[in-house]
Amino acid sequence: MSIRIAEAGNEGPKVRSDCKVIIELRDSGGLEINVKSKVKSLYGDDILKQLQELSDYFGLKNALVSIIDQGALPFVIAARFESVVKLLGISEREYLPAFLPQNKYSTRRDIFRFTRLYLPGNTPAMMLNAGLHGSNGIILDLEDSVAPAKKDEARLLIRNVLRCIDLFGAERMVRINQGERGLEDLKYVIPQNVNLVLVPKCESVEYLKQVDASIARCKAPEFKDHPVFLMPIIESALGVEMAFELAKATPNVVALAIGLEDFTADLGTKRTQEGTESLYARYRMVNACKAAGIQPIDSVYSDVDNMDGLRENVASSKALGFEGMGCIHPRQVPVIQECFAPDSDELDKAMKIVNAAIEGEKAGLGVVSLGSKMIDPPVVKRAERTINLAINLNIIDKNWRDNYVS
Amino acid sequence: MSANMIKNAAGRMVPDSINGQPAVPFKGVGKHRPEGRKYAPPIPSCIDYPDDGNKVVKSLKEALELCGLRDGMCISTHHHLRDGDMVSNMIFDLAHDKGIKDLVWLPSASFPVNDPLVSYLIDGTINRIEGSMNGPLGRAVSEGKMKGTAILRSHGGRVQAIQDGEVKIDIAVIACPSADMFGNATATEGPSACGVLGYAKADYMYADRVIVVTDNLVPVPCFPMLIEGNYVDFVVVVDKIGMPEKIVSGTTTITRSPDRLLIAELTAKFCEVTGMLRDGCYMQAGAGGTSLAIGYYMHQILKAKGQACQLGFGGTTKYMVQMLEEGTMKHILDAQAFDLDAVASISRNANHHHYPVFNAYNFHSKGNLTSMMDIMILGATEVDLNYNGNVVTHSDGYLLHGIGGWQNCLHARNVILPVPLFRDRIPVIVDEVTTLVGPGEMIDVIITERGIAINPKRLDLLDAVKGSGLPLKTIEQLKAEADALCGIPKKPRYKDNVVAAIKWVDGTVIDSVRQLDI
Repeated sequence: MSIRIAEAGNEGPKVRSDCKVIIELRDSGGLEINVKSKVKSLYGDDILKQLQELSDYFGLKNALVSIIDQGALPFVIAARFESVVKLLGISEREYLPAFLPQNKYSTRRDIFRFTRLYLPGNTPAMMLNAGLHGSNGIILDLEDSVAPAKKDEARLLIRNVLRCIDLFGAERMVRINQGERGLEDLKYVIPQNVNLVLVPKCESVEYLKQVDASIARCKAPEFKDHPVFLMPIIESALGVEMAFELAKATPNVVALAIGLEDFTADLGTKRTQEGTESLYARYRMVNACKAAGIQPIDSVYSDVDNMDGLRENVASSKALGFEGMGCIHPRQVPVIQECFAPDSDELDKAMKIVNAAIEGEKAGLGVVSLGSKMIDPPVVKRAERTINLAINLNIIDKNWRDNYVS
Repeated sequence: MSANMIKNAAGRMVPDSINGQPAVPFKGVGKHRPEGRKYAPPIPSCIDYPDDGNKVVKSLKEALELCGLRDGMCISTHHHLRDGDMVSNMIFDLAHDKGIKDLVWLPSASFPVNDPLVSYLIDGTINRIEGSMNGPLGRAVSEGKMKGTAILRSHGGRVQAIQDGEVKIDIAVIACPSADMFGNATATEGPSACGVLGYAKADYMYADRVIVVTDNLVPVPCFPMLIEGNYVDFVVVVDKIGMPEKIVSGTTTITRSPDRLLIAELTAKFCEVTGMLRDGCYMQAGAGGTSLAIGYYMHQILKAKGQACQLGFGGTTKYMVQMLEEGTMKHILDAQAFDLDAVASISRNANHHHYPVFNAYNFHSKGNLTSMMDIMILGATEVDLNYNGNVVTHSDGYLLHGIGGWQNCLHARNVILPVPLFRDRIPVIVDEVTTLVGPGEMIDVIITERGIAINPKRLDLLDAVKGSGLPLKTIEQLKAEADALCGIPKKPRYKDNVVAAIKWVDGTVIDSVRQLDI
């Protein structure tokens, strides 16, 4: 016997900007729509109209459609409705809300990935303004933050978020699930111009190759020239041992991240503030990334109220060679950003070197020297990187040399 | 008899009489001056009061009877005990038991604790509320369940109306955390300590009769005298005047909402960049989570620069106390303490002063504190494209809360409204406010998580933020952004009858609220 009633979405006193949609199929009697909404007097008519349109779109003729709404935006209502339609097996059609033109940007291999903000994949309230907090990337998470029973509806929600919510230029990232489900996730999200896919609990080069191939198959024609990069997450002892191979698995791997909660569990130890238990893993991973020419990214810092602890954590992370960190709360973004940014000593030194290099080139000198000291080309290159970083972070002006006094 | 509706200077339709009294329509900011002499209460003689100074009577019922409680009287109360107040409801329970009708309730604010009074609006014990209407009281009024027309006034407007005789208080009932038998009263001691009594001054000076109600009778003299016994007719001792846990929060806390924190950070930066936040400035912010966060960021900025603001007016919280104690604020002028740290600070810190709204907001005062303020942080339920603000009704037309000091505070040099661009699905920026409470010419800056809009008439501010990197937008751009996400909400439908009049600070009628057609 087929299912006659199903629901999707969330309700409850703490739920905001979300809704629950319940559809009960009937044999006859037409469509009955029941709207219960916190914003009913202002948007009740709009919601009713939207539910009618969605019913028409999916060919729903005889049913009781109910919504319990906590101020959900239309794209959320549409995702919830479609989830119920899929559960009931009414239609295979996708209902795709309009793609915001400002969401059609691409990314580059070498951009900074200091901060990437994790967003639980089935909580619309946290997504609406996520792009305002200035993180380099935004991770819409389908994996650990989504309850097993909610995995399917999160896919549709994230698909709609990628289309309808302005992420203000942050790199558009999705963390897929592990294994087969992860490959299936790609079908929903990749056509929506995803810039980077995080692959959790990564241990296998073969799997990364599968992910890469699936991505190539799933791309929408409109975005076929946009790269979709990979960031495998190392979360096990085996993963650590495999770090270099994973880093080189496909040309689309641009970074490796380490997930210390799962890693320490795998070791059978506990995560500490000092992090001595994961030192080897972190050294090894940084080394593997540098050897492969990609970015090593550190684990998240989970005490969101402890900004001093976070600051220390980023400092030690930077000292180990990491080039970024995950954020689980937007308030962590500026702290991490600031800590990874070059400090004034680094910047002074870099400006001196770059300035000397430019002056040297003008003078037609083959070698760069600072005082009596010769400067090697890799040192100049690193100094240029530091300067570009500072310009990008608005620490110095791009025309800094105009007023530079050496 | 129904009033005629006329268009006031702000273009809003308002009644020319309210509850049978003629009303002056709003003429524009700074255009109206009531004339004549201030209202005065009857002349008392000390020979009518006990020589031994003992004014204690055995119950509130007896005190009300001795004051001659009868139909149609105006009873004033104040809101220092906030949601823990047990006295206001007691008065109307007693009146109801005696079968008294058509009372006018003049609270300085109402709280959820007053919700049960809805039944007295319906049965006619209370003819009308002149004050604030929150929650169920607001719903009842918006649905036409109250007999008279509500009048909403600002805290300063309440003092203005009392002083120029627009409102005559028959009996002021003042709940006091500590009092002596003569009627001197204070607020820092006692089981219901609330810190200060900044809203009751006009009430005790101008009412015909004054009753002090306390649950902590102390020997004469009760100091510091926030209420002077010389104005008091009767003292009543009850078991409890309040529920302490609801009077002040154990602790007020900064918001954890990332979006609100972002708004707070932008606001503090804006104040810094424009030079308003500087050594010696005067500032005022509320006790909401966002305001607290703004205070926190300002504290950090001042601290880093080794600067201090000269005074802060509050609504005091532990965060202002922290500024005082860490040297980034030199004086706190306090009309209301919001948490236990604020209450404790009054006794501990010599520069934490009791400062009634009487002296800060009153239109009939020879100058006011608010117009001296450099930084004024306020909220709003709606702001429109002309920068007009609404704080009394929800976008669905229901009366939501009182004006508080909001209108008075608009007189500050720089009025800043940090507000979210939308709440749930409801946009804050609208074409035209549902109810006009503050004229746009007095609102300078709207700060949302998605950008800052500066009132085009503030060319100085537009100039000051140039090159600051702050996300500046026009108010039209902000509105378009919210509308694209939320859609345009439907306007409420009204019936013809006016259920509430909104007064401007000078006593004129700036807008009216009609009964909802639901």
